[in-house]
Amino acid sequence: MTYGKIAHSAPPPALWLWVQQRWSLWLAYLFMTVVALLTLMPFVWVVSTSLRTPMESFSLPPKWIPTDMDFTNYQRVFDEIPFIMQIGNSFAITLATVVGQLVTAALAGYAFARLVFPGRDVLFWIVLATLMIPSQATIIPVFILISRGLQLNDTLWALILPSIPTAFGTFLLRQYFKQIPADYEEAAMIDGANQWQIFRRIYLPLAAPGLAILAVLTFNGKWNDYFTPLIFMNTKERFPITLGIVDLQGYMATGSISVVLAGIVLSTIPVIIIYIFGQRYLVEGLMMGGLKG
Amino acid sequence: MLIHRTGAQKPKPASNWLRRWLAADTIDGIKRQRALLGYLFLAPTILGLLIFIIGPMLYTFFLSFHKWNVFRPPEFVGLDNFVRLFADARVGISYRNTFILVVMTVLLLEVMAFLLALAVNRIARTRLAYLYRTAYFLPVLLSGAAVSVTLGYLFHKDFGVINYYLGLLGIDKIPWLTSSDVVLITISLTTVWRNLGFTFIIYLGGLTSLPTEVLEAAEVDGATGWRKLRSIILPLMSPTILFATITDMIKMLQFFDEPFIMTRGGPGDASRTVVMMMYESGFGNLEFGYASAIALTLFAVILAVTGFQFYASRRFVFYQ
Repeated sequence: MTYGKIAHSAPPPALWLWVQQRWSLWLAYLFMTVVALLTLMPFVWVVSTSLRTPMESFSLPPKWIPTDMDFTNYQRVFDEIPFIMQIGNSFAITLATVVGQLVTAALAGYAFARLVFPGRDVLFWIVLATLMIPSQATIIPVFILISRGLQLNDTLWALILPSIPTAFGTFLLRQYFKQIPADYEEAAMIDGANQWQIFRRIYLPLAAPGLAILAVLTFNGKWNDYFTPLIFMNTKERFPITLGIVDLQGYMATGSISVVLAGIVLSTIPVIIIYIFGQRYLVEGLMMGGLKG
Repeated sequence: MLIHRTGAQKPKPASNWLRRWLAADTIDGIKRQRALLGYLFLAPTILGLLIFIIGPMLYTFFLSFHKWNVFRPPEFVGLDNFVRLFADARVGISYRNTFILVVMTVLLLEVMAFLLALAVNRIARTRLAYLYRTAYFLPVLLSGAAVSVTLGYLFHKDFGVINYYLGLLGIDKIPWLTSSDVVLITISLTTVWRNLGFTFIIYLGGLTSLPTEVLEAAEVDGATGWRKLRSIILPLMSPTILFATITDMIKMLQFFDEPFIMTRGGPGDASRTVVMMMYESGFGNLEFGYASAIALTLFAVILAVTGFQFYASRRFVFYQ
């Protein structure tokens, strides 16, 4: 009796299951491939069109394989806008912000994770609360402070200083410092290390992955920022490259789009390099955001 | 002590007192050292946040009750800015546009990213999965500026590649950027293209960290395909889904780069977003009080969304 019942509710025939699984796997492959093609096609188009002669840049049907190999577009990017300076500005702004964030957030994160002092939890909640404030809600007073108070408008400092204090980075690094067992600290103290040495020599190196995640995320965000420079910068020589690209598009509108696309290719190379070396940290950083839910 | 008697070194009274207070050979001294170090370490961040976030936030509140064009001192006008704002048809339109963009973009993003993550997760840890992941992630590296310029060309009505291929399928030229009926769809598609990889990575991270025991147990019980997805994976993924949806919503509420670069808010006001309205009233018309009021309404909306996240994560989300 029981025997028969079990046999009755047995899984469906193996062949049917096999067909079903195959079929859905093929569907998955089809979906993944179509989306991948749609994602990659603009990249291919940008690169191949940037190598086309200006006359050909609007030609349809689009040629996906670059045939002209005309590098003069790249030359013209340098002639039309102060490209070298703008890339240099982007680097200066981005690196200064990354370094500033790493230093301040590592110190603050360590303090919140491992040091005990009155008012710590209240301060931590205040820092967390600032995470909820969107940049639009503060941009007008920051603009006034930078341009009238500090007289730094249209300088690179205007883009660096306000983005150094980071609640997000502090929170991220606090989590990292918290994961490191306290035994290390006790061992170091027995060896006669002082509090600064414990931080600098023991905890900071152990938090390196967290520092890398913060560095890569900040690099990507700051390099690609368009809104803040739009507000603070007026002089072309001091633009970061995001403004430079849109500026280039502005007066190339009726001319050759190949030159604009060449500029886009050039401006993207640094983030691609960062991605190649730091992708583990970038992906991990983003995934971690998802896990903390 | 010996040193004192020989007079080789003159002790400095102040530093001596401090040194004794912080002496490393007493428990209290170490505690004091760490407390002092704590405040020192926090000082740059706390000061920075006060100067560049908390202070400005309070000043935005202050400005929203004033009329101010920078040249003359702020003039108190009570609730005038808010009264004006709620009557301002253009602000209404910009909110309508923003909400349409948020709903359209976030729906598309979440559904596509989740399906993609499910698909890639089936072939997890293969080289092919890695290639797919890299492909989806590439646009995340680009700036809104580069993406807007590029897709602006692709969406061009007469010279654009997209209309060319649609033409081959027998579809008439679509005025992607020049028709007020279509422009929001265009901007939404552009944003989906740029952000899909980001949301996808979050979902993939969630899927790969699902407890394998539970999934295997479900398979042993004969749950396959749709059943497994609905009764096991979706509930387990609900914290991730909530997080990704809210993150994307907040990001999209602050829509600026794409519409600003691709259409300047046009045609007419058809793609003007709230942040663009704020930007133009503040930095264009120098009405900083009014712009602050607009910024505050957007802040309120974002706070409401965040508040909903807290509420929803208690009510609906399944935590293991």
